[in-house]
Amino acid sequence: MSTTSNPSKRDRTNTDTAVAKPSRRTFLKGSAATTAGLVVGFHVPFFNKQAMAQGIAAAPISPEVNAWVVVQPNDKVIIRIARSEMGQGSLTGLAQMVAEELECDWAKVSTEYPTPGQNLARQRVWGDFSTGGSRGIRGSQDNVRKGGATARMMLVQAAADEWKVPVSECSASKSVITHGPTKRTTTYGKVANAAAKLTPPTDIKFKDPKDWTLIGKRLARLDTVEKTTGKQIYGMDLKLPGMLNAAVKDAPVFGSKVKSVDDTAVLKRPGVKKVLRVGDTAVAVVADTWWRAKTALDALKIEWEDGPNAKASSASFAEVLKAGLDAKDAVVGHSVGDARAAIAASPRKIEAVYSYPHQNHVCMETMNATVKWTPERCEVWVPTQNGEAALAATAEAAGLPPAKCEVYKIHLGGGFGRRGATDFIRQAVAIAKQMPGTPVKMIWSREEDMAQGRFHPVTQCKMVAGLDDKGEITGLSMRISGQSILAYVAPQNIRDGRDPVVFQGLNAPGPEASIGYTFPTFLVDHAMRNPHVPAGFWRGVNLNQNAIYLESFLDEIAHATNQDPLALRRKLMSKHPKHLAVLNAVAEKVGYDKPAPAGVFRGLAQTMGFGSYVAACAEVSVSKEGGLKIHRIVAATDCGNAVNPQQIEAQVEGSFVYGLGAALYQECTVKDGRIEQTNFADYPSLKLAEMPKVETVILAWGGFWGGVGEPTIAVAAPAVLNAIFAATGKRIRDLPLKNHSLKA
Amino acid sequence: MPKLNVNGKLLDYQADEGTPLLWVLREQLGLTGTKYGCGIAQCGACTVHIDGVAVRSCVMPAAAMKATQKITTIEGLTPNGTHPIQKAWQALDVPQCGFCQSGMIMAATALVKEKPNPTDKDIDDAMTNICRCGTYNRVRAAIHVAAKEMAATKTGAKPKKVSELGKSVLDIQHIDGSQA
Repeated sequence: MSTTSNPSKRDRTNTDTAVAKPSRRTFLKGSAATTAGLVVGFHVPFFNKQAMAQGIAAAPISPEVNAWVVVQPNDKVIIRIARSEMGQGSLTGLAQMVAEELECDWAKVSTEYPTPGQNLARQRVWGDFSTGGSRGIRGSQDNVRKGGATARMMLVQAAADEWKVPVSECSASKSVITHGPTKRTTTYGKVANAAAKLTPPTDIKFKDPKDWTLIGKRLARLDTVEKTTGKQIYGMDLKLPGMLNAAVKDAPVFGSKVKSVDDTAVLKRPGVKKVLRVGDTAVAVVADTWWRAKTALDALKIEWEDGPNAKASSASFAEVLKAGLDAKDAVVGHSVGDARAAIAASPRKIEAVYSYPHQNHVCMETMNATVKWTPERCEVWVPTQNGEAALAATAEAAGLPPAKCEVYKIHLGGGFGRRGATDFIRQAVAIAKQMPGTPVKMIWSREEDMAQGRFHPVTQCKMVAGLDDKGEITGLSMRISGQSILAYVAPQNIRDGRDPVVFQGLNAPGPEASIGYTFPTFLVDHAMRNPHVPAGFWRGVNLNQNAIYLESFLDEIAHATNQDPLALRRKLMSKHPKHLAVLNAVAEKVGYDKPAPAGVFRGLAQTMGFGSYVAACAEVSVSKEGGLKIHRIVAATDCGNAVNPQQIEAQVEGSFVYGLGAALYQECTVKDGRIEQTNFADYPSLKLAEMPKVETVILAWGGFWGGVGEPTIAVAAPAVLNAIFAATGKRIRDLPLKNHSLKA
Repeated sequence: MPKLNVNGKLLDYQADEGTPLLWVLREQLGLTGTKYGCGIAQCGACTVHIDGVAVRSCVMPAAAMKATQKITTIEGLTPNGTHPIQKAWQALDVPQCGFCQSGMIMAATALVKEKPNPTDKDIDDAMTNICRCGTYNRVRAAIHVAAKEMAATKTGAKPKKVSELGKSVLDIQHIDGSQA
């Protein structure tokens, strides 16, 4: 696609990076000129987001055909995207889906975000804004295709009306409408105004997938060029007129409070405007520049009341979790037959305990938000995965009704689940509220971002298998002991003590996170144990550790019973054809029937979650000194409909960086109630030099819509851990790998 | 008033002693393409060129810079994103969230300047920037595409458009063996 479709090309008349929201008056003045004589229901002003980010009072764009589609007189199409773009590519994928049904010219497509406030005012016409759980495509596909199809029908109807011919004689392709019998043509841009006045049709028929021309194509992303020139604006880059900057420090021991602050010296520093309390737990410095605010904060003398958690440590959590492995108070997730009895009656048992640590998301862009608060209105500019939750949090923290608040979503420098939380937004509002009328940009230092994560939950798991005389599995039980994410983020969703998210990948057969094996008997239950460290959704969520537990332990069973790990899996997967198909695709692509190169060993893993089926085979070697090299990974994904295969490949590749970084290096440990790691120096990420070749196989057989941003993370670690066992005979049951020696 | 030589212009700035170059670029000179990621020279998001060499600006005091030292940021690399590295990045859709990519591109352009035909080992050694989205394999492939393009134009070939470079993308992807 040509660069003319890049959204930022529109109205790029100013390179100033200052930001100003165009006033309503500017809008009304401008709109009177361009929309004269046209009233389309409830028209909400939209502004070009790039123009907004560049401080231009943007010319209001043309009236919408419907909530999803704007067609300008020059045939340019603006597609509105409710979900946040954080690198996963769904901005492009969702636009492809609207454009598919719209039958518009892809080269003329650009995108914009509606605001959460507009969604609220329009009875949530765009549906859910939240961008997590790999739901961007699968959770919107119906909505956005309807939006595109409806707009197309209205545009074609408008042309038919103009020509006074039956609409059934007209067709549309690439933004051109043709009247079949007379071969007359017109374009979307010419009939858009008339179309906007029509009553939207209610009988919508989607295109047959075999007729798709955009869905399934490797189209270039719409947001690449700006990201190669430094012009893409992130939350951290915003500049509003008169803006001040804030650095903040929250209690390092979760749940503790500020005892005292001595700000005498700091207030004398140049540029420092104010030292503020943020609730009971945090202190902020507001200054003219962020560097001054940050260095002043570092110099500030703060005393903390550390409270009851001041002695907590990772070791003390581990003891609590260990006790949970045999506790009585567990809640069943999925049970088939009486696994305990079957295992007890078996002549042979295998048992192993696994664990998974706390981890930080470490988005490259640290948490930030820019807020302008007045007693009448509160506006927030923020990179968020959840615009509507951000609006709700803003309203609450601002002490204003949601209708008097607005959130402008800014492009995210990574999300991974962290930016679905609103803690940092509340904090920024609380700071700005103490500086009425002055926009304040709050940025967390990397150290603050490490200390105040919403961490990957910590769990342990006891795996027990019963085997009969022939080594066949009689039953499998999994006792998960540990942290519930929902207990921290949505306790109202825990019913009768059961957090259903804990059992991801282990659920009964069905469309979401179902286990891919049939055992004669099976039990997974959960003893909830919640340390004071706040948990959050971390890319891949609970599928990550559950896949490690199950896939590693199956490997243990295979080796204990002298079976090939692939053969054992295939035997257990006969009733799970979709799970099996991705595993088979991996086996075929990696050449499993032939030996790996000399000194190279293979490990397999498969799982299902976020609506998709995934599998991987890792090829690794381990030197005598214990040096691990991951040579190659073959990964397969069945996501049903593959909207943009190139983006799916990018997500699969990226999932191995994220998942392997976690497996090899990442662990947040707690000492004296606080997180010990402070930055990339003691919390490393995977680097380019360590990255294996990744070969992605996409099985796109249609029939359903699965997510792709997360599921592959879960097979990264177990495939490598199983390969490490094949290479060394060492079974790693707790992560990260850096804590273990692989030396022969 | 102290001066910095940035993107071909001599610019005045005011900053307290010890202020890193990164924050002068971002907060004084409005050049926000250079990013803050760690503040301790670990992640490379703040990479700029000083006299053509990739430097992590988050630990470089602005005051240590002489006005004769030429600083180039992502904004000054090319006017319209037309460096062969940028074009290869566009052709291969390298960026995901994009936050680390200014630093990646500055590191990669310094690499191909020093080593016009870098080996995988050269790329491993030079590209130590952290990307959390996981664009590394495309970064590597794009550097090879750019190096090939630069070699071709050096011997008189007409520069390829991004879309033409994109045609070789399929080859690159199949070097990795991906298939849809």
